[in-house]
Amino acid sequence: MSETTKLQLAPWIATVALFLVWEIGCRLFAVPEFILPTPSASIGAIFQYFYAIMFNAWFTLWVTMVGFAIAVVFGLLLGVLTGASALSYAALYPILVGFNAIPKVAIVPVLVIWFGIGAVPAVLTAFLISFFPIVVNVATGIATLEPELKDVLRSLGARPLDILLKVGLPRAMPYFFASLKVAVTLAFVGSVISETIAGNRGIGYLMLQASSSFRVPLVFAGLIVVAVMGVGMYAIFALVEKRLTGWAFRGQGRA
Amino acid sequence: MSFIGIDAVSLRYGGSDGTLAVQDCSLTIEKGEFVALVGPSGCGKSTLLKMVSGLELPSGGRIRLDGNEVKGPQHGIGIAFQNATLLPWRTTLDNVLLPLEVSQDHRASFRRKKKEHIERAMQLLRTVGLDEFAGHAPYQLSGGMQQRANLCRALIHEPELLLLDEPFAALDAFTREELWGVLQKLFMDRRFTVILVTHDLRESVYLADTVHVVSKRPGRIVMTKSIELPRPRTLEQTFDHDFVDIVHELRDAISEVRAR
Repeated sequence: MSETTKLQLAPWIATVALFLVWEIGCRLFAVPEFILPTPSASIGAIFQYFYAIMFNAWFTLWVTMVGFAIAVVFGLLLGVLTGASALSYAALYPILVGFNAIPKVAIVPVLVIWFGIGAVPAVLTAFLISFFPIVVNVATGIATLEPELKDVLRSLGARPLDILLKVGLPRAMPYFFASLKVAVTLAFVGSVISETIAGNRGIGYLMLQASSSFRVPLVFAGLIVVAVMGVGMYAIFALVEKRLTGWAFRGQGRA
Repeated sequence: MSFIGIDAVSLRYGGSDGTLAVQDCSLTIEKGEFVALVGPSGCGKSTLLKMVSGLELPSGGRIRLDGNEVKGPQHGIGIAFQNATLLPWRTTLDNVLLPLEVSQDHRASFRRKKKEHIERAMQLLRTVGLDEFAGHAPYQLSGGMQQRANLCRALIHEPELLLLDEPFAALDAFTREELWGVLQKLFMDRRFTVILVTHDLRESVYLADTVHVVSKRPGRIVMTKSIELPRPRTLEQTFDHDFVDIVHELRDAISEVRAR
């Protein structure tokens, strides 16, 4: 088997192995289903409750994407601002770090007071939890411009805006796309948290309902669906990253 | 009046009790002169270069460039460093064109004159033997080729003054000597003024009209040596007696300032 085929197969084999260990472990130790259902029972639950899961998964997906989209716009703007100006970096960074340290679970009830139960708190939680890595990465990409290059540009009398548009932003793109992969998975965490605490739809809400009636396989079915959506989104952004910033992947099989 | 006048210049980094990088340094440079600054590492050569460009301002003394006092970043200067810092997402040609896109004198007319500019860039790339690589990305170029492109980028806006801060220091010996030839050719074609900061004494003697030896920190000029060898100079010449004698003389001067 060639090295590339091995690399392509590795994630599938590892995932199947994980499920096998889980399945065998459950059967071997006769773990009751209401504590830890087997993966086969969990996947079975996906089919059993297919329409309910799809309905709620779709809801979670678009709520997450809306929150994530806001995070991308906001994160990009704030990242450019803090990356391009040392003053705004000094002023805003402690606030951002402090804000990021707040558990988002604690904010959901406040959001519910403000906006009521439903999609809005979930969108906002997804946004709040996922914008930080984007800000940090974009700011880093812009701020780490080589001092030599900065000198070359300054001696040409380049305007700060030109430097930002022609050098800073393109330079920050690999950092930006790397952060999108992380941020999109975090966005799912945000929306599901919000749905679990105060939702009337979505995978989080479904799991809460299922666990309160001890349908634990359905809870795990929800977890698996969220994980699959997260991996899928990650893969999409990894692909976009490679397409748009191929120059940053030199020497990794791409010219 | 000389093209560049450095008059009793000092620079202290980081406030009144900071490091004194350059102290009481005076130097004049004529138009079209190729000047090399050599000296022990950390002696303030690069600082001096930055002050001429206006990127650093002296804390004492004055610098004149073409009749005007340097009070901020000067335009019409080309700069190249040891690190080529080509933009990895741009082709070689587009990297060379960057100064025209952003410089104050050209940015307004860049689109209108793009054809003309590309012509000029290609001609430069031809001179340094890089025209076939105009469409390549920087990572597809060797270190020496990147440094050639870097030189082209520093010269595309036809500056009157070229500042070079150890531009060949990271290259292997053969490539470095090859690029001496490239730089000499560019210099003889265009006759800009050059200040070259280098550790390599053979490089300084091969390239420069005048070599200034800088003392260890705080930097001052402790010796000035005119190199009267005719141009174009060849690599074979670097092994001749008169050439080697000059190198030895400089070397002795530097050992002396280092020991002091």
